[in-house]
Amino acid sequence: MRHMKLRYPLLLILVAILMAALAACGDDDGDAAASGGRLDTVKDRGNLIIAGRTDLAGFGFLDSSGKNVGFDIDLGRAVAAAIFGDPNAIEVRPISASERGPTIQSGEVDVLTRNVTWTSTRDSQWGNYTTIMFYDGQGFMVRADSGFESALDLDGVTACVTSGTTTELNLADFFRQNGLALETVVFEDTASVYGAYESGRCDVTTSDKSQLAAIRSGFASPGDHKILPETISKEPLTPVVPHGDDQWFDLVKTVMWVLINAEEMGVTQANVDSMVTSDNIAIRRMLGAEGEFGQADLGLDADFAVDVIKAVGNYGEIYDRYMGPNGISFELPRQSNELWLNGGLIYAPPLK
Amino acid sequence: MLTYRGIPLWRDVRVLQAIGQLVSVVFVVSLLVFFVANLRSAADERGLSLGFDFLGQEAGFPIGESVIDYDPGDSFLHAFAVGIINTLKAAVLGVLLATVLGIVVGLARLSSNWLVRNLAGVYIQIIRNVPLLVQLFFWYFAVFQALPLVQQAIRLPGPVYLSNRGLFFVSPQATPSFDAWVAYLAAALAVAAALRFALRWREQRTGRPSHAVVGPWLAFAAIAAAGWLAADGSPVVRNVPVLGEFNFAGGGRITPEFGALLVGLVLYTGAFIAEIVRAGVQSVSRGQREAALAVGLSNAQTTRLVIFPQALRVIVPPLISQYLNLTKNSSLAVAIAYPELFTVGRTMINQAGRALPIFLLIMAAYLAMSLTWAAVGNLYNRRVQMVER
Amino acid sequence: MATTPEVLPPSTSVGIVGWLRANLFSTALNAAFTVVTGVLSVLMLVAIFRWVVFSADWSPVTESLKLFLVGQYPTEELWRVGAVVVGAAALMGVSWAVWGGVLRTFARIMAAGSLIVALSPLEPAGFDLAVRAWYLGGAASIVLGFALARAAALDPKWVMRAWVLGFFLGMALIWGFEETSLGESLRGFFGAGAALTVVLGVAGWVGRFPAGVVLRWLAWGWGALFLVTIVMFWGLGQTDIAPRVGTSRWGGLLLTFVLALVGIAASFPIGVLLALGRRSRLPVLKGFSITFIELVRGVPLVTLLFMTVIIVPLFLPRGTSFDLVLRALFAITLFSSAYMAENIRGGLAAVPLGQIEGAKALGLGGFQTMLFIVLPQALRAVIPAIVGQFISLFKDTTLVVIVGLLDVLGIGKALFLGNVRWFGAQAEVYLFIAAVFWVFTFAMAYASRKLEDTLGVGTR
Repeated sequence: MRHMKLRYPLLLILVAILMAALAACGDDDGDAAASGGRLDTVKDRGNLIIAGRTDLAGFGFLDSSGKNVGFDIDLGRAVAAAIFGDPNAIEVRPISASERGPTIQSGEVDVLTRNVTWTSTRDSQWGNYTTIMFYDGQGFMVRADSGFESALDLDGVTACVTSGTTTELNLADFFRQNGLALETVVFEDTASVYGAYESGRCDVTTSDKSQLAAIRSGFASPGDHKILPETISKEPLTPVVPHGDDQWFDLVKTVMWVLINAEEMGVTQANVDSMVTSDNIAIRRMLGAEGEFGQADLGLDADFAVDVIKAVGNYGEIYDRYMGPNGISFELPRQSNELWLNGGLIYAPPLK
Repeated sequence: MLTYRGIPLWRDVRVLQAIGQLVSVVFVVSLLVFFVANLRSAADERGLSLGFDFLGQEAGFPIGESVIDYDPGDSFLHAFAVGIINTLKAAVLGVLLATVLGIVVGLARLSSNWLVRNLAGVYIQIIRNVPLLVQLFFWYFAVFQALPLVQQAIRLPGPVYLSNRGLFFVSPQATPSFDAWVAYLAAALAVAAALRFALRWREQRTGRPSHAVVGPWLAFAAIAAAGWLAADGSPVVRNVPVLGEFNFAGGGRITPEFGALLVGLVLYTGAFIAEIVRAGVQSVSRGQREAALAVGLSNAQTTRLVIFPQALRVIVPPLISQYLNLTKNSSLAVAIAYPELFTVGRTMINQAGRALPIFLLIMAAYLAMSLTWAAVGNLYNRRVQMVER
Repeated sequence: MATTPEVLPPSTSVGIVGWLRANLFSTALNAAFTVVTGVLSVLMLVAIFRWVVFSADWSPVTESLKLFLVGQYPTEELWRVGAVVVGAAALMGVSWAVWGGVLRTFARIMAAGSLIVALSPLEPAGFDLAVRAWYLGGAASIVLGFALARAAALDPKWVMRAWVLGFFLGMALIWGFEETSLGESLRGFFGAGAALTVVLGVAGWVGRFPAGVVLRWLAWGWGALFLVTIVMFWGLGQTDIAPRVGTSRWGGLLLTFVLALVGIAASFPIGVLLALGRRSRLPVLKGFSITFIELVRGVPLVTLLFMTVIIVPLFLPRGTSFDLVLRALFAITLFSSAYMAENIRGGLAAVPLGQIEGAKALGLGGFQTMLFIVLPQALRAVIPAIVGQFISLFKDTTLVVIVGLLDVLGIGKALFLGNVRWFGAQAEVYLFIAAVFWVFTFAMAYASRKLEDTLGVGTR
């Protein structure tokens, strides 16, 4: 027994080492898949992590059952549908404007679609910008009875703005450029910005015009507010992927192009199944019924476009779902966001 | 069988301890190496800069309010300083007001008046049991922003104007002759101090009442008044807020953001301080009060001269930790747009794209404030220890 | 909100007028105080009452009760949350029977409350028969648990164990199970087994425990691991009974409770270690512990949360992603363990030296003295402090809003954005949230006072 007392812990540790070795052996094949790139990581994980938002009508918000919906969210769902055939295989990580950079830089999310403006600095620092999905520009909203006709009248006003945005910088630039006095109230989240503006804490609020329209439509009496004519910046809103994985970058871009091309070719959620047998070669190619446009190299199924369109519809359908004439959130004329065929700027390379 | 073979190595406490320390050092160091290596590779891959050189660059973003002058054209370092000063402003004012409130409520809790006592209790129970962040949201969004528009500001005597642009009040403003008056004030202060010393000395020596409190005050007031009259025009004038096109101009101002933060912090911390004060006062034995009353001191005198000094010893240590909490809690201002240290720091991280250096600055600033409070606490404790008999 | 007067003291000797005179109108000053505060509070109460009943718009609350309770947790999986709550209710009933005291009060209030909710005539959105049935089940299981425990005369020790086991089972059920491959399961089995063996081996060696004890613990541990593996892999991993619900979909009160409970539970062992480290004579250990404790206590919780969300990913290998709730938990645990360590240190200091000397005299080693003599007494002494810490942690969980989690407060904020029409109802929503927190923290504080009384009397 005395003997036993001295030896047994050493024995136990030997056993433990053996077990650990066993556990480690099994580990190897698991790692092989993980090192393959982001697509494999995503497939392994079983869902797509989207950095988005839960607090902006139209772009990213919660419906009454708590489901994440919105234009930006649907872009993410399209990618999930392309990979898994399931638009619900997503995890939405709600982040504030000022967390966008660090979040995509660290590569912990697969795609950032949180109406994020494409700028050269961000492109070099944050991640790879895919394809512009929404053309916007910064404007000002004021109360209709304030007597302001132009942004240049805004001398000495108080402005509400979201922190960590290009909007915040543009605002400061614009007022300094034009020698106008300005007092700012800088909020961490968009909700607070508009709450403060509506309560009269600020004379003016500034943001992307689409966002202003969205918010204005939700106010108790939209007619009491107006958006000034000036557009003081270019805000091309674009989904971003982390730096350093070309295949993943191409994959997300291609999914976005599918959405735009589908609208161009008239393929919709409703008719996508019948379109597989369309006479049009381009349509059949897109839907994977004939030929190839790079699906294999991207690591996707030949007919992934069918899944995408069935899940979220084409670009126009996504837009209209939230911002069309009978949209869930508000009505915003497409203007620049019309297809190039209709005089807008939305244009995607051909799927060939 | 009984031969002594010495303690085997693996049973020797000293060896075990040395191994334990070594293992923990190795563990911590390797963890650090792992983190730093990852950081370095991340920095290389993604072009993150880790230096502090960006601090001199133009910040470019606006800040809502600032004690010192600030313009978006100023440097990041300047913006950070604005944040620190705003935090200090909230902390200092908050600590002062919370202490006053806490003492008043704490004493009210001990009042002989049933209604007063229980109202104080209700206040404490409500405030302590609701998260501070919820209270801040409530004060800012549901109260301060619900105030009338600036054009319909509530006018209080003073004049003080209350609107959802904040509280505007008359503030003193220095005129050119202010500097001359300051010299008089300094002289008045010196004279008063000397007089106080002399009168106290006399009082202690002779035992005759010498008005050691009133005398110096009178001297101070007399010299200050003389200086006022002698100055070329009034050295300080009233700066009255006037409603302009969009907002009031002139006068002093408390913005709704700062106001909500201050109200939230003061009410919350005040409730905790009240409980500390109550416990402190109750810790003084009943006999002390009875003895003081028997000696002929009034109720107020007993509280002020007998109970409070003794209660302080119990009160101060937890009080200091409440001050520390208040200072740290001021970081919640990030949710209600008051541009304090953390808020400005977060904006800087985004606009400068330098997460780590700025984060380190933020942590260092908070640590410095905490250490200051800890030092104050230690200092007080040491003094109290010496007084103890 | 209401100033419910406390039960009046017996007025036999003085009468109502006497009481009034003594307590409200003893002096002219007091009388003035009474009148002014009295009038003010009555006016305020009336104003509040009128606002709450007539002018407030409670629709954002009544239309979003599900969100406030469980956030984005999938509706079709809600039965799992219901089952956990009903299970907890049953245990509550059992505890009522076994311990009585404050638990009796709580159990009765809970039962009555659920019954009232179940039968209430109000019909907020989504409050259908099934939901009512769950509430009814909750009330019933409290009573049932009570009756069963009464009949069986349970040992309190087993009820305690049931709570701990129930906590893990409940968490597992709410989280759900993922499909796992045989390889993964085996890897987990062997990995956890190795860790367990090392820990027990080292503990046994250093503490000089008899071989039999260690081997018995080891057998239990391996057995439990084996069972868990079997259940996870063949039992639930391969079925659809309880599919994984990622933490990103947890929210509302559910998330608040998970954060607070897991935070306090996880910070407990770390706090014990840190407290021991701080008292240790080994300079390196002591240095680490002090640095950690003071560093964490010196900065606000928001900065720690922010650190885990923004900074920590920079230190981890590229692309490592673990979910936001886990990170928030990490920050909360760090924060909480520093405070826990200080609480426990206070408890350790309160253990009389004689206890340690006595243990040494009986021949116990340093490790055994600590584990069997000092710690139990120290922990007993700090239970009230730990409950107090839990209460403040419960309130502090609201800070996760700042990193974007949808706890009760986060849900409240999110409501305004998707629904601009509710902008004007901010006061209602924040007051509702305040009331929710108030009820829980007040109850906990009440329980803690009772507990303190119970522990204070008849300490060993």
